[in-house]
Amino acid sequence: MSLDEIKIGGMGASRRRVEDNRFIRGKGNYVDDIVLPGMLHMEILRSPVAHARIKSIDTSKAWDMPGVRLVLTGEMMAARNLAWMPTLSYDTAAVLATDKVRFQGQEVCAVIADDPYIAKDACAAIVVDYEILPVIVNPVQAAAPDAVQIRDDKEGQVGNKVFDWEIGDKSRTDKAFDDADVVSKIELHYPRTHPSPIECCGSLADYDRATGKLTVYMTSQAPHIVRAAVALVAELPEQNIRIVSPDIGGGFGNKVPVYPGYVISILASILTEKPVKWIEDKTGNLISTGFGRDVYLKGELALRKDGKILGVRMNTVSDHGAFFADAQPSKFKIGLMHSAFACYDIPTAYMFSTGYYTNKAPGGVAYRCSFRVTEAMFFQERMVQAAADDLGMDQAEFRRINFVKDDDFPHRTPFGFLTDSGQYGKCLDIGLEAIGYKNFEAEKAEAAKRGRLLGIGISTMTEPLGAGNSREYDILGIKMFDSAELRVHMTGKAILRTGAKTQGQGHETTWAQIVAHELGIPAEDILVEEGDTDTAPFGMGTYASRSTPVAGAAVAMVARKIRAKARKIAAHLLEVSEEDIEWELGRFYVRSNKDRGVTIQECAMAAYSNMPDGMEPGLENNAYYDPPNLTWPFACYIAKVEIDPETGVWDVLQFVAVDDCGVRINPMIVEGQIMGGLTEAYAMANMQYQTYDEDGNCIGANYMDFLLPTAWETPGFELYEVVTPCPHHPIGAKGIGECATVGGPAAFVNAVMNALKEKGVRNVDMPLMPNRVYEALTTGKDVYGMPPVRNGE
Amino acid sequence: MSSLFEEIATPPSSDIPIRRVTITVNGEPRTADIEPRLLLADLLRQGLKLTGTHKGCDTTNCGACTVLFDGRPIKSCTMLAVQADGHSVKTVEGLASASELHPIQEGFKEKHGLQCGFCTPGMMLAATALLEKNLNPTEDEVRWALSGNLCRCTGYQNIVKAVLWAAEKMRAESN
Repeated sequence: MSLDEIKIGGMGASRRRVEDNRFIRGKGNYVDDIVLPGMLHMEILRSPVAHARIKSIDTSKAWDMPGVRLVLTGEMMAARNLAWMPTLSYDTAAVLATDKVRFQGQEVCAVIADDPYIAKDACAAIVVDYEILPVIVNPVQAAAPDAVQIRDDKEGQVGNKVFDWEIGDKSRTDKAFDDADVVSKIELHYPRTHPSPIECCGSLADYDRATGKLTVYMTSQAPHIVRAAVALVAELPEQNIRIVSPDIGGGFGNKVPVYPGYVISILASILTEKPVKWIEDKTGNLISTGFGRDVYLKGELALRKDGKILGVRMNTVSDHGAFFADAQPSKFKIGLMHSAFACYDIPTAYMFSTGYYTNKAPGGVAYRCSFRVTEAMFFQERMVQAAADDLGMDQAEFRRINFVKDDDFPHRTPFGFLTDSGQYGKCLDIGLEAIGYKNFEAEKAEAAKRGRLLGIGISTMTEPLGAGNSREYDILGIKMFDSAELRVHMTGKAILRTGAKTQGQGHETTWAQIVAHELGIPAEDILVEEGDTDTAPFGMGTYASRSTPVAGAAVAMVARKIRAKARKIAAHLLEVSEEDIEWELGRFYVRSNKDRGVTIQECAMAAYSNMPDGMEPGLENNAYYDPPNLTWPFACYIAKVEIDPETGVWDVLQFVAVDDCGVRINPMIVEGQIMGGLTEAYAMANMQYQTYDEDGNCIGANYMDFLLPTAWETPGFELYEVVTPCPHHPIGAKGIGECATVGGPAAFVNAVMNALKEKGVRNVDMPLMPNRVYEALTTGKDVYGMPPVRNGE
Repeated sequence: MSSLFEEIATPPSSDIPIRRVTITVNGEPRTADIEPRLLLADLLRQGLKLTGTHKGCDTTNCGACTVLFDGRPIKSCTMLAVQADGHSVKTVEGLASASELHPIQEGFKEKHGLQCGFCTPGMMLAATALLEKNLNPTEDEVRWALSGNLCRCTGYQNIVKAVLWAAEKMRAESN
């Protein structure tokens, strides 16, 4: 009698994706695919230099070109009070430069023309006279007493420091270090990298003077926040602002911030009274939009001889570029860096962090991670491996000794988070078994006899996903809840809208599965819509793996509200009291007679045609969900690598991933998220980074310098699962989109370091390019990507 | 097919030479008057409204704009439309017949070979070119054939599985 949940596409079904039907036909609707009548095209002129005073801008030749409608400069923006805009971290960022340019690629002018080719031509005809200033490309230069001040626009700004910030118990931690048998230290740089979705950023702004309505199609992971920002900054009435995020060609955090191009296209549409489209090119995206990482770390572990970690000291120095534009919860200056060591039982910890301005692109977005959790977990796992080596202990055993045990939850982490669930030892065991850990030393010795160099690296971590509860998490004061709205039509079909925004995660498929699970309505009968602020409920958007933990929970909660109303209707239809009604998937029945029942579809019809006396008609509701805590997925990643001693090239022989993300809504999609994340982890460990020369030229401004792995070099990944349901999430799910990017890099790096251990090498900074590995191998010395930077010394 | 003149946003100014080209796109001859500098990807997207061909990097690296040019995969973001005069081009819109999907399209859906969908048309066309030459490729041959196409969401494991799935289906159909 009862429905088969897998058959109706409910929880646990590897349901094929609904959105694929349009993507495989080339019928996706990305922002550059949208064409409006009379549309104009915008191109941005960017600064070729990293730090310079603007002496003059001559736009006359551009204005004279046929087809050019408008040329905007910083001065013209300033006249409208739009030359600067607020960032997500209580700083300001230039929209179009007025006084100075502060990084290479900064927006200087914009041309609006009939055709994108003409707009590009006109940009080339603009003459800007720059007075070159000294350039700062790293925190050491930024902190120098005689350093040029980058942010001379900011009242009260001293030097180039953005912030000092600390967390933890300093005196207790100092004491732990006094009592330690061994102190293990490491210094690292997590290099600057870029999320680099294949689709760049873009917008199509359409202001209608007749109605006062502004519609903006844009590549935003968080359209509702953009609406609020436009209302506040441009002082347009919020009901007249409609932000639409159509299909998005990858986000990874890069499409969270509001960029100058969006703002300029809006103003250009208001001024020209025509739709204005701006589509960024790849170089523009790589050199001006939100980057990830760029943090220096000095870390220390206080250790007892038997392997117990007594305390942690961390010191981070971060490079924020020209504007402090990190996309992160307001309370935390360096994201959730203090989530480090959450999976280990450590009594005390202390972290001191400093941030600096440099003449580099602003951003500091959470690149496929939950606000600097990637850096935190990389530092954690590199420190753990160094400590195990210093103690002469097995790296797996060292982790096991220090893991929080299964029956020790809830557990307070050394920096004060509360973790609630996990089976860390079990995940580790599965991983070790799968990679053949027991036999590795013999395998390594055997290989060494034939001149081959093998290494094995482990990375285990739990990370905080799903910001977040409103006590702790807000962005510019807006609490980080999310929402869902469900409308069941009379035929039992439904439409669901949420405040999240899918960019490949498959919400159109999985949200319907949650509704199917809660109501027994087949998933294929549920249409999911997101991204249009005129129709979807307000939500904080999709990033930091928050969709399933927050919006997904809202979906379950709204479905439960619908079921509660349907129960009253069922009692009416079955002519019994509500207390005598039971529920099974898709159907209410009379407790004393299971054959007497009504389906959810019959209840839906009755909600419009035969409702009980006094009941409000219809079957729809909404839910705003404020999660009680973050969700804490756990992952164990193990890599086995071989280094070619002649070239320093390393290959991945085997990679094992054990993920515990709680209950899996759609196992196929979960595995897709893990494999995608591991590919980006491999990219960062191996080749993908951005650096700057001493003049502030970005090295990594196109896909010839900014390397991404292809199908050819990307290794295969073996996936395993453990399920520890999240105790507070309505369906027991945890975030998963980013675990692999967060935890993956340390597995690769630890494996290469394991292979180099006998050479006396302790650290090689990412990316582990052949030249760096070769240098370490032949000199026996550590290799730093950037000179080590220390804080407070 | 009439002139594309109206379909392109702007009448070019008089000193720009205009060339008339005829390109067979997805089996249908299309004629357009274009500026010689117009890129093939822009002609397809803006002129012919075939927006399934995506532009990712403008530098022949990412492969999102891959189309089949006389059956060979090329990056349409760095080919001039005038170079395509007299040739045939197949885009993602030409993969499926009116009633059924191409096996490569089915494979990508069946094996979860896509997430955001942006690189997908180029990936599928590069894979189609391989399968037209080699219906029984090894995993390495698939990986090599796709090495000109970048993906950021999916990684490549499921994409490779999708292509192998399509190859198997096409072999079964050809028997």
